[in-house]
Amino acid sequence: MTTTSRTTYQIPIGPIHPALKEPVNFSFEIDGEKIINVDVQLGHVHRSIEWAGTKRNFIQVLYLAERICGICSYCHPMSLALAVERAAHIQVPDRAEYLRVVHAELERIASHILWAGVAAHEIGFDSVLFLTWQVREAVLDLIEYLTGNRITKGITMIGGVRRDITAEMVPRIHKTLQDLKKQVEKLHHVMLDDSTIQMRCRNCGVLTKEDALKLCAVGPTARASGVRKDVRLDQPYFAFGDLDFEYTTPDVLTGEVNGDVYDRIIVRLLEVKQSIDLIEQCLDRMPVGDIVAEPKIPALLATLNKVTGEGIGRMEAPRGEVFHYVRLTGAESLYSWKVRAPTYSNILPWIPMLLGQQIADIPIIAASIDPCMSCTNRVTLVQNNQSTMVDGEQLHRLSIEKTRRLRL
Amino acid sequence: MTTHSVTPEDVLGSFQTKFPNGITQPRIERRTGGTLKTEFIHLWFHVETRFFKDAVKHLFTFEQYPHFAVTSGYDLGDTIELVYHFSLFHGERGRELSLNMTVSLPKENPMVDTITDLIPGALISEQEKQEMLGVKIRGIPKDARVFVADDIPKDVFPWRRDETGPGKLVRNLHDGDV
Repeated sequence: MTTTSRTTYQIPIGPIHPALKEPVNFSFEIDGEKIINVDVQLGHVHRSIEWAGTKRNFIQVLYLAERICGICSYCHPMSLALAVERAAHIQVPDRAEYLRVVHAELERIASHILWAGVAAHEIGFDSVLFLTWQVREAVLDLIEYLTGNRITKGITMIGGVRRDITAEMVPRIHKTLQDLKKQVEKLHHVMLDDSTIQMRCRNCGVLTKEDALKLCAVGPTARASGVRKDVRLDQPYFAFGDLDFEYTTPDVLTGEVNGDVYDRIIVRLLEVKQSIDLIEQCLDRMPVGDIVAEPKIPALLATLNKVTGEGIGRMEAPRGEVFHYVRLTGAESLYSWKVRAPTYSNILPWIPMLLGQQIADIPIIAASIDPCMSCTNRVTLVQNNQSTMVDGEQLHRLSIEKTRRLRL
Repeated sequence: MTTHSVTPEDVLGSFQTKFPNGITQPRIERRTGGTLKTEFIHLWFHVETRFFKDAVKHLFTFEQYPHFAVTSGYDLGDTIELVYHFSLFHGERGRELSLNMTVSLPKENPMVDTITDLIPGALISEQEKQEMLGVKIRGIPKDARVFVADDIPKDVFPWRRDETGPGKLVRNLHDGDV
């Protein structure tokens, strides 16, 4: 426990859920209700996946990468595949490039809608949580229809994808997307036009553009602060260079950038619409052809086992840039593998967001970067050298009480 | 230097002019994606350790604040190499350049300057390299472990491939060969 002064007290939050990629522990210094200092500790359950990945062959490691994150279970193996393809000079067939976009954007829709539900829950709108879960369920059903799985999709292959989207599948995709458009409009209205959500989220957890750049923020967290940064556009991979879309910053909707929690909601909801449009563009323009460069796994492995070189794979995951680096030395496994998930880059931006805010705002600000950690296990309040245990439910109740106060 | 006129060759040339004896193994990788064969470019080079900090400062001469993604690293036996992954020119469709800068550190004294005074967001990555590879980041503002648990011995570095690697801590996982 850190020292306690007469005028301030400490709130440690975490460590949290062990199944998550980046467990986090906050130490808050509080003056009354106000946060005046924050420290962040990571790594309570580091799983050594990068080290374990160097003990497996190039196909096995894809499945390991798929298990880095339950929500980004496509982005991680696909970024790894991109890095290996670049090191091995493998050219992916055009049709596979389009199929890769479809799966990436479905993952973004599922992730952003899940996030919207969690964000609503954090400020006491559980009816919105249930609405988002209903919408997400339809997306997961579609993912299952296309890949055979809802979460760990098993669709990635070095040089392409493992399953095609056939002509018979297309009507089902269009139908789900049409239904989704109506539901997303409803979600837009519920989340962006509600005066209480605006009171809780406007000017809350502000990250300035300057801080976003200096602290290397990525994804919707950076874009909500006005940073035009999106790997899909900055350095188009897959078939994104063929498609029509633009950077999503909050001024697209409101004409201004505040960098607050509300702007992060705007960016993600707009990106759901954008993802639907991108999938429709892919279905309209998808070329015929192969779905993988080398369909025979032993032949692929025989090629990769001789490769010497290095490569990087970058993707715009739902939470921001995913980055994988690989080094190959003509062996049956990777010599070096570095994985950088977007939360890694969005941890430090939490600090300026949280400073000066109230305790009751911690849940929604923490959730606003869509971190790869979900629950606040427990909190210890220390005041005048007396400790009081407060669990996650009590912290959540503080947040709801603040929402109710604002409604009156 | 304005972003519109800068090619990857210009960026590489700028580093080679600024550090005539400090840039080695340059490589410009061009790849394409989609049916339009949209090109994207990755620039790689090694920089001598004594010029490293100035090379990172040089990134700021390209007008826009450089984006730092992460630092990779690996043990080559006699040396430890760190690969700093940056990118320049984001915000304009198709113009972003990935820039990967490698420094090679001798195993007997693996030390490099912090870049957190230039890019504060590099802190976690620098902490990670210290604990995983046993390198020393000179001037790091928070000299503490970040991912490795406190009960792992201080003389074990999980990404090393020598006697200081994690081999003696590994049980029932691929026989612990490192």
